[in-house]
Amino acid sequence: MSAPSTVPVVRLSSVVKTYRAGAVDVPAIKGISFDIPRQRFSMIVGPSGSGKTTLLNLIGCIDKPTSGTVFVGEQDIGALRDNTISDFRAQRVGFIFQNFSLIPVLSAWENIEYPLMLLGVPAQERRERTTKMLEAVGLKDQWRQRPNELSGGQKQRVAIARALVKGPDFVLADEPTANLDSQTGASIVDLMRRMQEECETTFIFSTHDQHLMSHADETFTIRDGQLVEHTSGGRIC
Amino acid sequence: MLILKIAFRNIFRNTRRSLTTLSTIAIGAAAVLVFGAYVTYIAYGVETNAVQRTGHFQVFRNGYFNFGAAAPGAWGMDNYENVLKLIKSDADLKPLSAVVTPIQSLSGIAGNFESNTSKTFFGVGFVPSERDHMKQWNEYGTGSQGLRRSGLKDDDFSEGITGIGLVRILGLCDRLHLDDCPKAPHVPDGAEGAAESAPSVDLGELSERDKSAWAQSDSEPTIDLLAATAGGAPNVVSLQIKRVELQPLKELDDNYIGMNIALAQNLIYGRGEHKTTGIVVQLNRTEDMKSARARLLSLFKEHNLDLELRDFTELNPQYNQIIALFGSIFSFISVIIGIVVLFTVTNTMGMSVIERTGEIGTTRAMGVRRQVIRCQFLVEGALLGVIGATVGVGLAYLAAYGINHSTLTWTPPGQAAPIPLRLYMAGAYSLIAVTWTGLLAVSALAALIPANRAAKMAVVDALRHV
Repeated sequence: MSAPSTVPVVRLSSVVKTYRAGAVDVPAIKGISFDIPRQRFSMIVGPSGSGKTTLLNLIGCIDKPTSGTVFVGEQDIGALRDNTISDFRAQRVGFIFQNFSLIPVLSAWENIEYPLMLLGVPAQERRERTTKMLEAVGLKDQWRQRPNELSGGQKQRVAIARALVKGPDFVLADEPTANLDSQTGASIVDLMRRMQEECETTFIFSTHDQHLMSHADETFTIRDGQLVEHTSGGRIC
Repeated sequence: MLILKIAFRNIFRNTRRSLTTLSTIAIGAAAVLVFGAYVTYIAYGVETNAVQRTGHFQVFRNGYFNFGAAAPGAWGMDNYENVLKLIKSDADLKPLSAVVTPIQSLSGIAGNFESNTSKTFFGVGFVPSERDHMKQWNEYGTGSQGLRRSGLKDDDFSEGITGIGLVRILGLCDRLHLDDCPKAPHVPDGAEGAAESAPSVDLGELSERDKSAWAQSDSEPTIDLLAATAGGAPNVVSLQIKRVELQPLKELDDNYIGMNIALAQNLIYGRGEHKTTGIVVQLNRTEDMKSARARLLSLFKEHNLDLELRDFTELNPQYNQIIALFGSIFSFISVIIGIVVLFTVTNTMGMSVIERTGEIGTTRAMGVRRQVIRCQFLVEGALLGVIGATVGVGLAYLAAYGINHSTLTWTPPGQAAPIPLRLYMAGAYSLIAVTWTGLLAVSALAALIPANRAAKMAVVDALRHV
């Protein structure tokens, strides 16, 4: 394993996010600042409505802060235009969703290959990387099946493979075990942990799952849009 | 390629909705094509009818077309046989021409003096065999039977054909044993007085004078034709009615007489130099009109001939009217169908965007650009158009096959006799291409609004959509 860069994968600085509901401003994030280190299993935890998903959206470059800055690596994502930020996500961010969000008209193979096609990876290399990833998540025999022919656990495995196949800087996983039974959820957590180590990448979770939280290298606890606790390697910072 | 694959699979994701949309497009395409094929058939039929009657071109003495109808004799073409020979022997025109023949227009009074009736007439003199040859023109195979063979002979100058209306007015229905040709119930008041006030020309005597020149058959009635000669003197000839023929317009039916050109020339020019009002040029193919026209005009210029050239669209004003009428109906129907397809596809694509909002959010999060999302839905709309229009073309061919093998007939405008109903799909490639492309464009256009809506979605909102 190579030594991780000292530059955090994500740096939040005085980030504020306010939504407009009719004539009322609703603050979701109230000036949060923290760094997420590389090649770690980082968890953003907190009760419902605390701002976890909003924070994850900002980190994933699919939303922009009302004020403050979000750095991914050394890139201020607030300064990027729409197409640039789309390309940035395509290259550097992987997503795993609670409801799997696979493309229903594509097979397991095609869903995993899709991000590589967006990046214009040559066909031969796509084939190799997709095959490798399918084997890694244990779905070698299900490659032709469409999402509606897969179980919840298999769908999430495809989603994990899809997120990792392009070799992103980090993977964002929003409640990845919420729609799975505990046994399947545990196996998915184990898989993600293994893949994180094998791929030397960073996982950032939003979760309530105690089993998942037990694997955390870093835990950021959010309440009412504010960071209330940061635990690193079991130590409270 | 990926966009196309996803688009194709998404079309069949909601099978019932897609089939409804595709059916609308297919039926629309088939309706446009079937009606277009029908219009094409009508256009070909009307053209065939016109070319059979008047040829592709007629050559006149300059000014005749606009001013010569009142006195055809005065506008006769000098040395027409030389002009005829010039056209027939031209190396460029020879392979293009089917028939080159003279005609003589005339008007006057037709009289049946056995029953003391008379009627103004409009006549055409022609070479019967060449006229019959002209009627064989059938470039498009429309099977137009609007003109039958005249039944006249080149060497028999005494016979002619008339409209049914004319013989009815002249009281010859019984003699000709015609059905649906009633006798006049009584002589209208004042008609006798009118006869008494007619010019004091003894038509019976004039007729008797010329009758001996022409052979007569007891079985076929003879009428006398009075006309002013080119010099202005009255002249009379006798005409044996060989056949009567219903003309497409009542006015024409009440006035028409066709005869051997020699008889017409004898009536108009008497013993003077025989001229002709026009020379008909019928080509083998309509598409040669441009080159034939250029060559004819060049010939006239080279030989210093003061002649004018008119094509069949000028000689048959109803041709353009019929084409324009059916063209406007076709356009109207096409626009209506286009609007129906537009709204159907818009609705389908709108539903698709709503259903796939989460998917749009996912793909945007994965890094798909807005314009790619827009393109995805446009391609899906266009694909609906492609599939629907292609099925529509197949349906149109099936419909055409069914109709063309049925025994349906109809009577086109400007014709007297019914002809088989046909749909001209074979060879209508431009019609098919325009309809197919048009429906594709309409379908893609219909998807534009839903596609823009999809492209403009905020990623976060789309992901939150349930």
